[in-house]
Amino acid sequence: MTEMTKLDPKALLADVTEFLWLEADMLDRKAYGDWLDLWLTEGLYILPIGDGEDYENQLNLCYDDDKMRRNRIDRFNRGFSISSAPAADTVRTVSRIVIDSAEGDLIKLRAAEHLIEDKFGRQRIWAADLQYTLRVTGDGFKIERKIAKLLNSDGMLNSFSYLF
Amino acid sequence: MSLDTPKFSDLDALYDVENAKVATEMYEDPTLFQEEMERIFKKTWVWVAHESEFPDKGSFKLSQVGLDPVIVVRDRKGKIHCMVNRCRHRAATVCEVKKGKTSSFQCPYHGWGYGLDGSLRAVPYPEQYGDDFDKSQHGMLKLRTESHEGMVFATFNEDAEPLVDFLGPEVCRYMTLFMKQGGGFPVKVLGEHQFSVPMNWKVQLENTTDAYHFPIVHKSFMQTLDEKTEDLFAFMEKNEGWVEDLGNGHSIMMMMPEREDLDACLDDPIEPRFEWLAEEIRKEGYSEEQVKKIVLAVGGPGFNMNLFPNVSFSLSFFRVLTPVAVDKTEIRHMALGMDGGPAIANRTRLRLHEHFQGPMGFGSPDDAEVWERVQRGTRGGEELPILVNRGIVDEEPGVMGPRGHVSSETGMRAAYQMWKRMMDKEA
Repeated sequence: MTEMTKLDPKALLADVTEFLWLEADMLDRKAYGDWLDLWLTEGLYILPIGDGEDYENQLNLCYDDDKMRRNRIDRFNRGFSISSAPAADTVRTVSRIVIDSAEGDLIKLRAAEHLIEDKFGRQRIWAADLQYTLRVTGDGFKIERKIAKLLNSDGMLNSFSYLF
Repeated sequence: MSLDTPKFSDLDALYDVENAKVATEMYEDPTLFQEEMERIFKKTWVWVAHESEFPDKGSFKLSQVGLDPVIVVRDRKGKIHCMVNRCRHRAATVCEVKKGKTSSFQCPYHGWGYGLDGSLRAVPYPEQYGDDFDKSQHGMLKLRTESHEGMVFATFNEDAEPLVDFLGPEVCRYMTLFMKQGGGFPVKVLGEHQFSVPMNWKVQLENTTDAYHFPIVHKSFMQTLDEKTEDLFAFMEKNEGWVEDLGNGHSIMMMMPEREDLDACLDDPIEPRFEWLAEEIRKEGYSEEQVKKIVLAVGGPGFNMNLFPNVSFSLSFFRVLTPVAVDKTEIRHMALGMDGGPAIANRTRLRLHEHFQGPMGFGSPDDAEVWERVQRGTRGGEELPILVNRGIVDEEPGVMGPRGHVSSETGMRAAYQMWKRMMDKEA
């Protein structure tokens, strides 16, 4: 894959698009075990608040390392969390994918995510700017960092029983 | 029911003190909601800000007093002002920046300019208002503003008692204890989580001193704690804590009495979950006493205190409620840290806050779910009361009011009695 990415930007875009769509499908189907496998152990999953980028030293909606990611998924799955039993259903699209850089085995890209949730007979709509740092491995792409910045991240939100 | 006798005229039917029963309309009646905004939120002290949110001369934040959007600002002398965010000319908001720093507020529509104290300073082309136009009569609508322990409150009511009298001695004492989580540094707001819940504001008012829900609603949070920390949160089993009515609708839930006063815990061994943190802080050259103090501060004190009507001190954060409509309430969870304290300690506080609080925390979404379920549940069986009588059976007199079991609904009864007092037309 590494060789191909150097040679053919269009093929790279097709590859990362396929990856992002598979991930989006996993999240809508709540196939969280598969989703965890997309990550590098040192990966960080962050939903920031506002425009600051010093995520470690600011308050975020979530700042998940491997342990917190696994705890979060465990909480979704075990059935003791009333907000996730059942969780809201979601349908999302990921598009407007832009590859910012592809050097060696490191790819940085951005994308748009639109998500609609449904619970209690009401629907809510969310939009997020996604930023990914992907590593090319022998086992396909792995996520090193994913930042999902909600359009109104510093505004009035609702509680989420799913992932972006 | 006739038009001239709205159902809320019968306050005893809305809240039955003796049997501690709340009528379903309390969460459902839009007319009652409007009445509450007038009689409670326009009359009493309402929390608007923490001083660290606008620390400098000219810094401001937007806030809310009931349904009224307000600006809280520090003038050039450092004095705090609070005024309704509305130009006296044609009503446009003069500020839409949530937080910032300025030397004045200027209306974007026709350019009326206001000083940091809300006084009208400049009117473009004033000639057409005539010679007798009095600028001093056209300042922004001001609220009375007073602070205690860095907490800023405002009121529309010129006749309201002084803030400290409204809070009362016990609330003031606990506020001082709560602020010890600055660990020797000033307490600073590090950020906030905001989420809206389709519920009446009183559903939230009831929750901060409700220990009964904790092991049920927050089981999935407890499951992610280590054994020692889980033990710290096992206040229902240990049965050493209490809930107490602190007067004027305020209440305290002491979950971990051993952590009432952090300064009294300085001889305790450092909790295993924070040993790594203590080591990091030691490396930065802090004395062993400071290390202990800071680590204790990171864990926070052992109580929740609810102030009527809109703010609470919840272990290690402020919870603020803003009523929006009879069935809609906005919640803010403000993360606190040590201003000038070790960055690693503040980072740890932030991660702990994210763990439980906010739209993606392991706690708040479950709270939001059950609060919404209360609002949904009240659509049926309107004639059934909501029970807040738990723990009446073994209440004893406390310092200011009754004190009950840690899972007692004493705090809710305190809040509803204050609600009733304020809603009473004759009072």
